[in-house]
Amino acid sequence: MTTITTRITDTTMLDDFLVRAALAGVGLALATGPLGSFVVWRRMAYFGDATAHAAVLGVALALATDLPIQAGTLVVAAGMAIAVAGLAARGWAMDTTLGVLAHSALAFGLVAVSYFPTVRTDLSAYLFGDILAVSRGDLGLIWGGAGVVAALLAWRWQALLTATLNEDLAHAGGLNPDRERLVLVLAMAVTVAVALKVVGALLIAAMLIIPAAAARGLARSPEGMALGATGLGAVAALAGLQLSLWQDTPAGPSIIVAATLAFVLAALFGRMRPH
Amino acid sequence: MTAPLLSASHICVRLGGAEVLHDVSLALAAGEIVTIVGPNGSGKSTLIRALLGIVPVAEGRIDRAPGLRVGYVPQRLMIDRSLPMTVRRFLSLPVRASDAQAAAVLARTGMAGTEGLQLTALSGGQMQRVLLARALLGGPQVLVLDEPTQGLDQPGEAAFYRLIEEVRADTGCAVLMVSHDLHVVMAASDRVICLNGHVCCEGAPHLVASAPEYRALFGLGTKGALALYRHDHDHDHAAPHDHHHHPHHGHDHA
Repeated sequence: MTTITTRITDTTMLDDFLVRAALAGVGLALATGPLGSFVVWRRMAYFGDATAHAAVLGVALALATDLPIQAGTLVVAAGMAIAVAGLAARGWAMDTTLGVLAHSALAFGLVAVSYFPTVRTDLSAYLFGDILAVSRGDLGLIWGGAGVVAALLAWRWQALLTATLNEDLAHAGGLNPDRERLVLVLAMAVTVAVALKVVGALLIAAMLIIPAAAARGLARSPEGMALGATGLGAVAALAGLQLSLWQDTPAGPSIIVAATLAFVLAALFGRMRPH
Repeated sequence: MTAPLLSASHICVRLGGAEVLHDVSLALAAGEIVTIVGPNGSGKSTLIRALLGIVPVAEGRIDRAPGLRVGYVPQRLMIDRSLPMTVRRFLSLPVRASDAQAAAVLARTGMAGTEGLQLTALSGGQMQRVLLARALLGGPQVLVLDEPTQGLDQPGEAAFYRLIEEVRADTGCAVLMVSHDLHVVMAASDRVICLNGHVCCEGAPHLVASAPEYRALFGLGTKGALALYRHDHDHDHAAPHDHHHHPHHGHDHA
């Protein structure tokens, strides 16, 4: 390392891989909290899966074209998200279509990646994330991407909520539900691209759904649920890292385990609380 | 007579290749209550949606008075249980309403003090009143309601139509609503339009109910209701002078 010793403390702090990992997890939660709430409200869980699985195909594309990994995943995830949203608008039987797309994207991705022997060895990094190997550059991309997603959702918040409640109500209020859906589609693609390094393609949907589902029982407003999901996501990331250190378990799955524990606790708390 | 607030002139609407509405014209004047009746699949909701600009018209035109304020009550609001939403928060979608405005419209619809309730905790009748309250925000000149009493029991239905009449009397807004059943809206409507892809007949409720076109559509399904109605009104068999007889397209009714 050629770090100059007089650097201010927070830059040297970023030299610690654990601090970078923690910041990456918290940064991702900024995007997955609000976006995951919409995924739950609009029942888009499978849509999240299809987009996330397409990221593996994006890795193969990036390796084949010498693009950065994030750029490849962003392009392919956006393509998949737009294709799925387009099919939904035409009234396809979504459950089956999404099932076909989600699983075939994963299978094609795994086959394509296998042509690159260097990746074969650490394929699990793309499937389950490699949060402990997050670099400063990765951290910038994660916070930048999550910031874009959070800002986009905050900007369209009122319109998105109205369109989620009822599309006719949105239309009558002068809004275009198709445009709001596109906002979610793009937010999903960006989230997938930044989440790949943190929790991996297989667990992105879990990071979207589980904290939001946990926050549901505790919230009385949509804003409360989105903030709660963000907070629980961040806590799950930190707790998962702790678990990973303590028990030497893989970090990505450990984060999801922590989120699931939060979900169970929230469900029990919600039961005990008088309605 | 002033220009209508909202009108459709000879509109045709096609959905997925099929013509759902053919050569439909209607005009809504300030302060009147107009009800569109017709069997399932007759294009009632499509007509409302065309008037609101939600579905495009293939032919004809929709005219709105400049700056027209429309309040819309959708057919039914399915609230997913995963979405926490209080009545107060709902009234601020998509345009934020002040606490005073929210309290005023809730009081107007008999839902005063319910701001803190979750939408999922409301009964069907309460939900319709909250939807109506939301539509009243911003002081609409026209209220558009798409089968607002679906899923309500008969007393609930009657109470809701009384409420609509009160709101009209209070605010002077015009009301355009859809119903599948004529007899329940009879008392509350100034004018009824009987629709089955085209306008079969229109006029005052009692005239429409005695029109052969209306009976051809509803004769079998609502015999009981019609009998009830005729019991009330069979002294009045004035010539249906304000019926619009359109070239008939032969209803396929056994």
